[in-house]
Amino acid sequence: MEFQDGISPAAENEENIFMPPHDDREHLVVVGNGMAGCRAVEELLARDAGRYRVTIFGAEPYVNYNRIMLSPVLAGEKTFDDIIINSRQWYDDNGIELIAGDPVMAIDRAGRTVTSQSGRTVGYDKLLIATGSDPFIIPVPGKDLPGVISFRDMKDVDTMLEAAANGGGAVVIGGGLLGLEAAHGLTLRGMKVTVIHLMPTLMERQLDEAAGWLLKTALEERGQTILTGADTAEIYGDGKVEGVRLKDGREIPANLVVMAVGIRPSVALAREAGLDIGRGIKVDDHMVTSDPDILAVGECVEHDGNVYGLVAPLWDMCRSLADGLTDQHTGYRGSVTSTKLKVAGLDVFSAGDFSGGEGCEDIVLRDASRGVYKRVIVRDDRIVGAVLYGDTADGGWYFDLLRKGDDVSEIRDLLIFGQAFASGGGQADPKAAVAALSDDAEICGCNGVSKGQVVACVEAGNGTLDAVRATCKASASCGSCTGLVETLLAVTLGDDYSGERATKTVCKCTSFGHDDVRREIVAQGMKSIPEIMQKLHWSTPDGCSSCRPALNYYLLCALPGDYEDDQQSRFVNERMHANIQKDGTYSVVPRMWGGLTNPRELRAIADVVEKYNAPMVKVTGGQRLDIFGIRKEDLPAVWADLNAAGMVSGHAYGKSLRTVKTCVGSEWCRFGTQDSTGLGVKIERMTWGSWMPHKFKIAASGCPRNCAEATIKDFGVVCVDSGYELHVGGNGGIHVRATDLLCKVATEQEALDYCAAFIQLYREEARYLERTAPWIERVGVDYVKSRIVDDEEGREALRARFLFSQSFSQEDPWARRAAGEDAELHQHLAEVRPMEFAA
Amino acid sequence: MTVSNNVGDWLDIGPVSQISPGNARTLPVRGGEEIAIFHTLDNQFYALVNKCPHKQGPLSQGIVHGNVVACPLHNWNISLKTGEALGSDEGCVPTIPLKVDAGRIYLLRDAVIPARTTRKAA
Repeated sequence: MEFQDGISPAAENEENIFMPPHDDREHLVVVGNGMAGCRAVEELLARDAGRYRVTIFGAEPYVNYNRIMLSPVLAGEKTFDDIIINSRQWYDDNGIELIAGDPVMAIDRAGRTVTSQSGRTVGYDKLLIATGSDPFIIPVPGKDLPGVISFRDMKDVDTMLEAAANGGGAVVIGGGLLGLEAAHGLTLRGMKVTVIHLMPTLMERQLDEAAGWLLKTALEERGQTILTGADTAEIYGDGKVEGVRLKDGREIPANLVVMAVGIRPSVALAREAGLDIGRGIKVDDHMVTSDPDILAVGECVEHDGNVYGLVAPLWDMCRSLADGLTDQHTGYRGSVTSTKLKVAGLDVFSAGDFSGGEGCEDIVLRDASRGVYKRVIVRDDRIVGAVLYGDTADGGWYFDLLRKGDDVSEIRDLLIFGQAFASGGGQADPKAAVAALSDDAEICGCNGVSKGQVVACVEAGNGTLDAVRATCKASASCGSCTGLVETLLAVTLGDDYSGERATKTVCKCTSFGHDDVRREIVAQGMKSIPEIMQKLHWSTPDGCSSCRPALNYYLLCALPGDYEDDQQSRFVNERMHANIQKDGTYSVVPRMWGGLTNPRELRAIADVVEKYNAPMVKVTGGQRLDIFGIRKEDLPAVWADLNAAGMVSGHAYGKSLRTVKTCVGSEWCRFGTQDSTGLGVKIERMTWGSWMPHKFKIAASGCPRNCAEATIKDFGVVCVDSGYELHVGGNGGIHVRATDLLCKVATEQEALDYCAAFIQLYREEARYLERTAPWIERVGVDYVKSRIVDDEEGREALRARFLFSQSFSQEDPWARRAAGEDAELHQHLAEVRPMEFAA
Repeated sequence: MTVSNNVGDWLDIGPVSQISPGNARTLPVRGGEEIAIFHTLDNQFYALVNKCPHKQGPLSQGIVHGNVVACPLHNWNISLKTGEALGSDEGCVPTIPLKVDAGRIYLLRDAVIPARTTRKAA
């Protein structure tokens, strides 16, 4: 907003002055309807709602919105409506007059009036200038071409979305916070984005070289081109932007150029009015300018030599300002700032001074496999700076120590491992860590909510995450502090809090954990993968190879018979109903119930092996035969031949019931106590075809000699004279785990019923790709017992749900493919035969 | 269907409807490398040699997400646009220029047909 060249209609006509007759309260006029201006008014209303009559002028034709959330709007994670802070209703309810889309052009200090672009003149008793900042436009040729914009307001976002709809290239000049968020959004919107950054390190004001490099690598993985140390020579184009030329001669074609090299306090209006100006409008501790009736707040001010371009200092200023206006004069003492990058899946945090220097000591932790880099800078036993990449959970704690200037010499050795280790005597308890935060520690940076405010909000009866978000706004914006808020709920409410903390997200596409996603699928009645991604704010357009299969399973489990399996969300083996091998061919395992077979089946297998030249056939560990080397084109024909002999898919490829291994039991074995073979066949007939969080293996042994190795299976039965011991949670893989004894039952039918109930509990509650062994270690075998053994009604309900689900899943997938379904998965598109080969 | 002797620079390999979104299909080339043609969920088409740079896994069988395919063998993520392995993995698979025109998929002929020397050898 540069006003020098604009018309400046003075208040020549006295009748123009707006003075409602029946209000003799002091009149506060606010210039700027942005985050600072409105927050100041909010703070004022909270202290003394009736004291001032308030008029707000805004240059943009909107109500007050959350400017820092423009990035998620650009990225498609939020809509404009989502980021409105105060709706029209708020202005009306508080008797505030909003004059939007009509910027103030002049201040007449002698007459105590302001005049807007449209010529409206309004008198004031107190004037608050909150004009924010202007984007800095680098003075290169072509800077005024159509298609060159900044990233400052909703209009810029609209321009970017328009450009993105046509695809093509975009250049973002400036690799700072704002530039990278713009680049991220444009990439998600399908543009080929190049970031040009003058300095060698991205976000060099917030990050050191190591973290900058990690960030650069991560962004390049997402398809962006990052050019550091790149100086823009000109923006070229005929009538509109066509590209950017660098000083080294490189040219980057683009139909959109976003300038995000920095901001400058917007001081033109104040300068014209003759106020003291330094880098910004100079204010004292009560945000009063050189004119005692004019105050200023936000990015346009200079306080104690500092100007700020982040949101947190704004909140501090607004509190001091409102205190001053209501005669409480607390005074603003300046802010220490911290930064978090709002790019989903990238955790970047920085605070304080990390330039090093004399007397500074660096403590660094790197974990390459997790992509984590942490650096804390200590001077005179106090933290002066912190840079975190990949794991920013302790950002708030370091920032808190930094602001308070606490002596950290006692915890120096453990400092870098985070609060849980450093202050918990080696015990990693996230709750204790959060409980130890001070009341004024900031929890939600987006909305400026402190720990004390969240706790007060919870204590006032808001016992759920949603209630907290609706009331004090903590974690209601970008959501990155959701875990902290949930922990505060748990700490504050103790046993009364039913929620669970999201410790690990499903993947980098989301901030939700597995349990959150499953809960929300059921709670919101979600029915498709795109719906989940939309409602839970997925940061990628269509997920990734981690979350798609998980969501597909959760929907299958939640909606048996109702949900249509999404083939594109299946790993290759489940999509092809065979096991891919290293040469790209497949292996085929037909089901042999309980490990039993007969001449007809064996003949059919032998015929298939010969007919399709299978190079190998092998007896598996699960008591069946595996035919190797089948080409994907031949699979349907192989299955047709096997079906003809009465065999169905063995699901050797699935996160599903694999096999039920048996020994010969009382039928033949001189030690056998029960018919373990018969029981195994019955169990397999009941459970085959069911999809699970992971593969699931069962075995039934006829005596405690346990020849079927039932005690390393997911579910194992060991027959004894008096009945059946039921074992769960065994694993023979990388980490061998013997089963836990679930219980002992007397009859075969009970063994079957408990098996069905256990499988359903696992299906409903384990996380995708979690075998029964880690699941049981997570929830505890006592929990499983309480659900399966102690709760008869619950067990019966679980069993019924399993059998209901099975009524939809026991259809041989091979038969459908053999009949021609999904033929395109097996056939080549075409074949190219160049002339020489055509004959 | 057999494609042979097409005149011009581009090989017509049939209508876009043959590949559903999120899927890939294969195009064997006599005397050359098999090609995988991808249709992403946001309706883009890409063609790559059907071999992961890691252990030659058939990329056509991987899960497609965004403009990336996850190799079915070891979950390497390969950019469909550039053929490059993403993340900490290194390697690159050749891409084949592709265009969609009037609902049909075309591949650049010179990139599909094996080079002359290869043909002589075969």
